[in-house]
Parts: sequence; structure tokens; C-alpha cells
Amino acid sequence: MIEIDNLSKTYGERRILRHCSLSVNRGETLVVIGASGSGKSTLLRMIIGLATPDDGTILVDGQDVHALAPAELSRLRRRMGYLFQSGALINWLTVRDNVALPLVERGKTVDSEIDDRVERALRNVGLSGTEKLMPSQLSGGMRKRAGLARSLVTDPEIILYDEPTTGLDPVTAHIIDQLVVELRAKLGVTSVVVSHDMEGVYRVADRVAMLYDGRIIATGTPGEFRDAGDPIVRQFVSGALDGPLGDRSAGPRPKSASPPNREEEGAPPQGSPNKE
Amino acid sequence: MKWMNRMLEGAGYAMDVACRSVGYMFRRPRLAMTARLAYDYGLKSLPVVLVVAFFSGMILSLQIGIQLAANGQEELLGIVVAQTFAREFGPFMTCIILVGTAVSAFAAEIGTMKVSEEIDALEVMSIDPVGYVAAPRILALTAMTFFLTLCADAVGMLGGGIVAVTQLGLPWQVYMDRALTTLEGREWFGLPKDLYAGLLKAGITGFVIASIGCAQGLRAQGGALGVGRSVRRAVISSIVLILVISYVLTWFAYRAFAS
Repeated sequence: MIEIDNLSKTYGERRILRHCSLSVNRGETLVVIGASGSGKSTLLRMIIGLATPDDGTILVDGQDVHALAPAELSRLRRRMGYLFQSGALINWLTVRDNVALPLVERGKTVDSEIDDRVERALRNVGLSGTEKLMPSQLSGGMRKRAGLARSLVTDPEIILYDEPTTGLDPVTAHIIDQLVVELRAKLGVTSVVVSHDMEGVYRVADRVAMLYDGRIIATGTPGEFRDAGDPIVRQFVSGALDGPLGDRSAGPRPKSASPPNREEEGAPPQGSPNKE
Repeated sequence: MKWMNRMLEGAGYAMDVACRSVGYMFRRPRLAMTARLAYDYGLKSLPVVLVVAFFSGMILSLQIGIQLAANGQEELLGIVVAQTFAREFGPFMTCIILVGTAVSAFAAEIGTMKVSEEIDALEVMSIDPVGYVAAPRILALTAMTFFLTLCADAVGMLGGGIVAVTQLGLPWQVYMDRALTTLEGREWFGLPKDLYAGLLKAGITGFVIASIGCAQGLRAQGGALGVGRSVRRAVISSIVLILVISYVLTWFAYRAFAS
């Protein structure tokens, strides 16, 4: 359903993505993991056309996202939902009006149905009773959940989640993960999730891809990632301090100690000099 | 060259925002939101407009009046104050005040929405931010500029009249008769020229500065620093354009279409 081919992106001097290729099947939940600043959110923004790649293509249902006319892109986006890291609620609208906004703007839904759908979406994310509150009256986690309700209210075919459980308490994070799983199971929603939360990754993912140094260095099932032999992947999923990703407590790694790049050197990383 | 490119890019984007906003004003006017914005950014600016206009009228009347009285021509004071306010002072002063109270607020508010991903969220929902955020603000400010300029004209003339009576000993009736006669005297397309040329100037300028504020907000990037930069650019561009537009429209009204 989503085909990412040879995608590259540079911000100023910094190369965020280098020749990334990835595909997401219809009804699948793909989780993209990687260190902060590795380009996961940029990848997600490019899938929905909020950022433009320097090179490469993204096809959604065979349509090249970055070659579409504005009206066609708008039609495509109506089939998609996007959860922003901060929730991105419109600050002068109540929670109810924020969640109802996409339905109201499309203008094809009667008021009573809008109310029902808003109420259901808020209940699904555990925010019943907050309809009249303003975004400034919500905690960070509540804002994120209201943003998720807004993404769900239009029943999209594809949902892109930018760190859906970051900043949430463990129980609420579990509820959100459960919701992602249910959406796939009941409605066949295709999801791309960007996350750091490995417990959540194991709960929701059909497949996992890891971004490192601007490239997709590994893809596989959650089980394969849990038992990964690759030292970079293993260190990331375990959260260990020692390894090729660097001992963060000892400050930034010298450039010469960075792990070998598989695509450039044609062989998997052989472990870290710091490895015990 | 880099700054020139950036300036032209900004001007082009502001024109794009302005043109698309006009389209949205007819296609989907969002009247409730426009009314709320007109109250927040227009009506709430009324007290400061009235105070500034009143004192400006008093200062103008005193300065000119002293010179006119020295030549025994103080009876002309009503004409001078009325024409100055209707043609230039009213629109100019109102627009400068609105740069401080509304245009900077537009740039800050929309800029904050941009850096906190609210504008992106609108795009993802297939809602054009120009239609949803910019067009109602531009319509509200344009409409309120007419109203505030009319108020500034009236209160400026009132302030001038009070000084004429209390400081220069001119009878109120003489001052007002001269002021109103000069405004009614000249017609432009069947309407009092000085008044309508000034109001037209105010409306056009209000539309332009509101578009600049919204466009600068929509181009903000880079967190709080970027929002501050957008506000600064919006204020500087607006003040410069108020003067340029004022000159060009004065030329059109009193040279090209002189009557």
C-alpha cells in the first residue's frame, strides 16, 4: 500500500535520510524505530506530503505523493490520519470542536452523527467528559490522545503515528497500543508507527524497521528484533549503555569509533570496541 | 543577493496569501470567526485609536492654529484639520496602531501555530490554512480599518475643535461649518472625495498589512526565535508599505484623478 523507494533528505549540511527503501502492506502495522534525530518523523512527514524528499519516491496506493496536484493530494490525505507528537490541537477550539473539525470541514456529515462519532472517538482514547475543555487545560498526554481521537474520527484507511505513547503513563500507553491493534484487527487499518517505546513496539508491530545513520539497517518481525544478533539493533532494543551506538554517559563518540555501515562495507557490523 | 531573494520570496508569498484569501472570502466567508476576530483585533483597538486621534487633533489644531492666528486666518482651521484627518492622518494613524495591535498579533499567533504543528495538522486534514486561518483575519481587519478610520477622523476633528474654541477663541459653529463644508464640497464619483479617498486608502492598507501579518506567520520556522523574527518582519514591512501605499493612493486620488 505504501512504497518508499530510494528516499533521501538533507537539512542544510545534515543528511537525514540516505536512499531509504521500505514498503508497508495493506492492513499491516509497521513500526519504525531509531535514535532521536535519526529521521523517523521526517520519513512520516514525507509519506503524507508535509516534507519533500530531495530524491526518491513515495507511492501510496500507486499514487506518487510528491507528484500529485494539490487537489489530488488533498483527496489522498482524506484517506489518511496523522497523529502529531504534541497532538497539534487548534488552540482556540474546544476538545469537541477539535475532534469534530475534519468532519465539519468536509461538510458531508449531519450534526447528530458528528456528535456520535466525536463521543466514540474520545471514549476510545479514554477522554470522555473532556469535550468542553480547551487544549490549554489538558496535560501533554491528554492533548496527544485528543489528537489521536481527531485522527480516528474520520475512519481513515491509513494512520501515521508519530510517537503515540511518548509521555503517557504505562496504563494509558497500553490502552493506546491496544487501540492500534484493534484498528488493524477490526477495520484493517494500515499503520506506520514511529516509536522509541520497545514494549509498545512488541505489542503493536507486525513488522519493525530500524533507521540508523539515515538508512534502514534492519527489518523484521518483533520476535526477530527481540533476538537480534546485530549489535546496533540489539543495543537499541535493550537500551544498553555499552555498544556501537555509544556510551551516552561518556559523551559523544569519536567519529572513528562509529559502527561500520553495512551498505557501504557490505558486511554486518561486527560489534563494538566497547563491548564487554 | 540572498536577502533580496528572501524579500522577493516573502512578497510573492504575501501576495499569494492575499489573493487566495479573497477567493475564500467569497467561497467560504466563515462569518462567525470573522466577527470574533473583528471584535478581538478591531473593536478592542478602538480606545487607543480614539485617544491617539483626539490628542493628534489637538496638537495639529494648536500648531496650525497659532500660525493661522498670527496671520488673522484662524477661521480656516476647521478646513485644515478636517482635510488633514480625512485625507491622511486618520488612515495613517489607524493603520500604524493596527500594526502594533493586530498585525504583530497575527504574525505571532499564526507563527506559534506553525511551529507547534497546528498548521501542519490543518493541512493533513485537507484544510487550507489560508482559508481557515488567514482569510477571516484579513477580512476582519480590512472591515475594521474602515470603521476605526471613520472614528479617528471624527474624534480628531473633535479634538481639533476643542483646542480651536478653548485656546484660539474660534467659535465652535465656525470651526465645524468650515470643516463639514470642506468635506462635502468636493465630490468624487458622487461622494465626498476627501472622506472616501481616505477610507479607501485605509481599507486597501488594512488589507495589505493583514495579509503581511498572516503570511509572515505562515512562513515562521524555528521555534520561539522564528516566531519573533516573523513578527519583526511583519511589523517592518507593514510600516514601510503603509507609507508607500499612502503616497501612491494620494497620487492617484489628487493627481491622476484630480477634480
